[in-house]
Amino acid sequence: MSGSTSAVGPVRVEARGWGWRHAGRLRWALDGIDLRIAPGERVLLLGPSGSGKSSLLHALAGVHGGDDEGEERGSLLIDGARAGGARGRAGLVLQDPDSQVILARVGDDVAFGCENLGVPRDETWQRVAEALDAVGLDLPLDHPTSALSGGQKQRLALAGALAMRPGLLLLDEPTANLDPSGVAEVRAAVARVLDRTGATFVVVEHRVDVWVDLVDRVVALGSDGRLLADGPPDEVLERHREALLAAGVWVPGAPLPIERRADAAGSRSAQAILVGEQLAVGRRRGAVVRAGLDVALAEGCSTVLTGPNGVGKSTLALTLGGLLEPLGGRVAASAPLAGRLVPEPIRWRSRDLLTRIGTVFQEPEHQFVASTVRAEVAVAPHALRLSGAEGSARADEVLTRLRLDHLAGANPFTLSGGEQRRLSVAAVLVARPRVIILDEPTFGQDRATWLELVRLLRELVDDGVTLLAVTHDAAFGEVLGDRRLDLVASDDAAASAPTGSAQ
Amino acid sequence: MVSSAPRLRFVDRVNPVTRLAALVVLTTPLLLTVDWLSAAVALGIELVLFALAGVTPKLLVARTWPILVSAPIAGLSMLLYGQPEGTEYWSLWLARITDGSIELAVAVTVRVLAIGLPAALLFLRVDPTELADGLAQIAHLPARFVLGALGATRLVGLFVEDWRAMGLSRRARGIGDHGVIRRVATMAFALLVLAIRRGSKLATAMEARGFGSDTPRTWARVSTVGGSDAALLAIAAAVAALSIAVAVWAGTFNPVWS
Amino acid sequence: MPAQGGQHISSPVPLSTNRKGTTVHNASTTPEATETGAAAAIPSSNRWRVVDIVVASVIGVATGLVFLFWNNVGYAWFSAADAVTPGLGGVAVGIWLIGGVLGGLIIRKPGAALYVELLAAIVSALVGNQWGIETIYSGLAQGLGAELVFAAFGYKRFGVLQAVLAGAAAGAAAWTLELFLSGNLQKSAEFLGLYFVTVVLSGAILAGLLGWLVVRALAATGALHRFAAGRDVTERV
Repeated sequence: MSGSTSAVGPVRVEARGWGWRHAGRLRWALDGIDLRIAPGERVLLLGPSGSGKSSLLHALAGVHGGDDEGEERGSLLIDGARAGGARGRAGLVLQDPDSQVILARVGDDVAFGCENLGVPRDETWQRVAEALDAVGLDLPLDHPTSALSGGQKQRLALAGALAMRPGLLLLDEPTANLDPSGVAEVRAAVARVLDRTGATFVVVEHRVDVWVDLVDRVVALGSDGRLLADGPPDEVLERHREALLAAGVWVPGAPLPIERRADAAGSRSAQAILVGEQLAVGRRRGAVVRAGLDVALAEGCSTVLTGPNGVGKSTLALTLGGLLEPLGGRVAASAPLAGRLVPEPIRWRSRDLLTRIGTVFQEPEHQFVASTVRAEVAVAPHALRLSGAEGSARADEVLTRLRLDHLAGANPFTLSGGEQRRLSVAAVLVARPRVIILDEPTFGQDRATWLELVRLLRELVDDGVTLLAVTHDAAFGEVLGDRRLDLVASDDAAASAPTGSAQ
Repeated sequence: MVSSAPRLRFVDRVNPVTRLAALVVLTTPLLLTVDWLSAAVALGIELVLFALAGVTPKLLVARTWPILVSAPIAGLSMLLYGQPEGTEYWSLWLARITDGSIELAVAVTVRVLAIGLPAALLFLRVDPTELADGLAQIAHLPARFVLGALGATRLVGLFVEDWRAMGLSRRARGIGDHGVIRRVATMAFALLVLAIRRGSKLATAMEARGFGSDTPRTWARVSTVGGSDAALLAIAAAVAALSIAVAVWAGTFNPVWS
Repeated sequence: MPAQGGQHISSPVPLSTNRKGTTVHNASTTPEATETGAAAAIPSSNRWRVVDIVVASVIGVATGLVFLFWNNVGYAWFSAADAVTPGLGGVAVGIWLIGGVLGGLIIRKPGAALYVELLAAIVSALVGNQWGIETIYSGLAQGLGAELVFAAFGYKRFGVLQAVLAGAAAGAAAWTLELFLSGNLQKSAEFLGLYFVTVVLSGAILAGLLGWLVVRALAATGALHRFAAGRDVTERV
């Protein structure tokens, strides 16, 4: 008997004709859900975005809001009692690592759930130590949470849920915002936790390969908010393969219908369009992340910039793009790119950058400035002082090309993740820059959006645009890695030189 | 909030809630009078005490320059528009410089310093978590609100990163060189959108950890008060009492309601 | 004023989803949707939900950061105007009052205006500004001014009228408190009269009207989808 823990065993989940509708909506996000999950069962929940997967998870965790936020029908039970009735029975880990760290220190953050459940102090700290051990976070209790990597933050959130001793563990796309090493960390931690606790487990994720070996059942929801399939992983993935692919799910083993760029040979002799010489980069003066970098972007080629987290890939890309000032050395554009201007992009005017180097930011919302999609795309033509007719013709062209024309009047902030990504690219394309720099363009995208985006970028390179993409995405590199820059983790100047700049 | 600040002797051992209380005790009486003597006595003692606690002149200027700048400005307004009394030296429309307004101007300048400096220096180093623990456990403010506010303060670091990224993106989008006001307005608005989104997600994460239910909460960290806390409060009360008493004794005491 | 005003956000696709897959209510012009929105607009309870507390706190903290900026920029204006003109410095005061208006309009719960303005003041004071503890008293008074207006309407109406009145009331409260805190009673009656007019006008416009516009634009982004304020964008008048 460990203290006063009524150590909850694995729970049974049962939905009978359950449905959920958000306040102010006519359509039920989920409806007629009949589902039984046995204690200790491990379930992967799939479905297209908007199919209500998150709503189901939130309802099971009892956090889908009160009557103000929507209404439910049917019943959703955990061990025969209404879900959400007993706090702490279900532990939930969400997608965004940054938004679910609650307190400033690691130990306090894990203890938060226990405090809310009224667990006595001594037992709380004992549980904190156990939970941190279970997720493999070997850090001092007063370690600042702001200094954690994405994968560590997700493991922290898992520890916070675990310390509540839940009988049901719910994960809502826990690895969508992580790089490959973060994904591996979180997956290993979850596997260990499940082995220790035997808790019932439900995970929502569109990257199936991460979880498929860990679950014994796959449940798929259709776009109508009803159950589409339910059964053992192999069987469901096989039988409903086409429907799942159409829903944007990354079905393991499904080949990507897109080929590596063919004329990589032709680009081998390409001139450098942008070079960095003995570059030192950093976000602020005096905060050099990397120094002594020599890089060159080959004109008309696609280059991928890879390397572990925190080595300064994004910082290097922003510096090459003329947005951050080099803290040492210099960036120079080729004469055809610079035209009548000085070679250093950082000294160009903001307007002059538009037609030369376009940058697509990792977080699309950071670059939105207008209240409609159309106005967003019109920002660059306006800054370039194009005539009204020319400006609108160009805006219409990119909106159509990126299938955003039907959303022209929508507010950019209301778009889905995939739509926001396309808009952020459209807003850059409209100025027809000769070089495009993208920071993690495929981060967290579902398969459908991924394909669409990669096809578009390939077309651009085929048309002669020079591309630089910071990415962790191996499949992206397969298709678009004409050249590779690999920034390795080392403070040694020799080792920090990018390797393998030609194929 | 400012964790890079140097540690102060004595002050850092006092519970942040006590520091807040001491600030109220010390400066509220000074707000009741506009006279140069009470403010000057308080300011003098404060400077000595903070110097003893380890505040160097350099640190003083670095941390309190907005106060040092604004004090004479507040005085200037009083100089021009303070109630005229005695000899008039200069006037233009409604502005009149008189014996009375000069005295008021000096008083207001010293008063701003006497009231502003302790706030800045007592909270040179304050850990928001400790402050929140104190507010909930010692001052017994509602825990849901205290912890909600604490969760929000943690997002500040993210806001700073958002702000930087948005600044760079404005340059990338061709609107980085003109219309500062408009640009800052679009960034402030986008920041508010991101902040509310993050807040909504944080609320969900907090609820998922059982926050906001009716179960009585326990506290993993104990917030305590002791001898140092009593001492700081006593010092604050003594400084306030002494300053007012000196002013009353010297006849300069000038309550704001007179 | 037409219901949609200049911010017509209804798109050809009435339903869209945000990144997490939860659905977001876009303003729709169909009468059914408007009705549902209107029904949801009446808060079912005056009890604060967790999301009310956390988002109010986030707004308070963000507003406090704006104050830190304004404490330099706005104060420069305030003092420059003060030095050349009697009382016209009040024109800059409005921005310091916006917390209460934003809190009241978005959260729609008793105490929201007071809480947000007070928290913003505390953040501003603890990070360090020229006014010290006065800031917290000011936040209390200004928040209370705005709060009284929302209370007078029974926490049921949150339109532009209420916003402007709340801003003005916050200004009046600020003016009253300054009589004592800044020793303004020692200033001439002409100064005080002019100062009152400018502070109240500034509160009505820079806090009230601007705050209302900001909330309306926020609602159009879908960020307020967990709040009644975000679900009845088509209902606003």
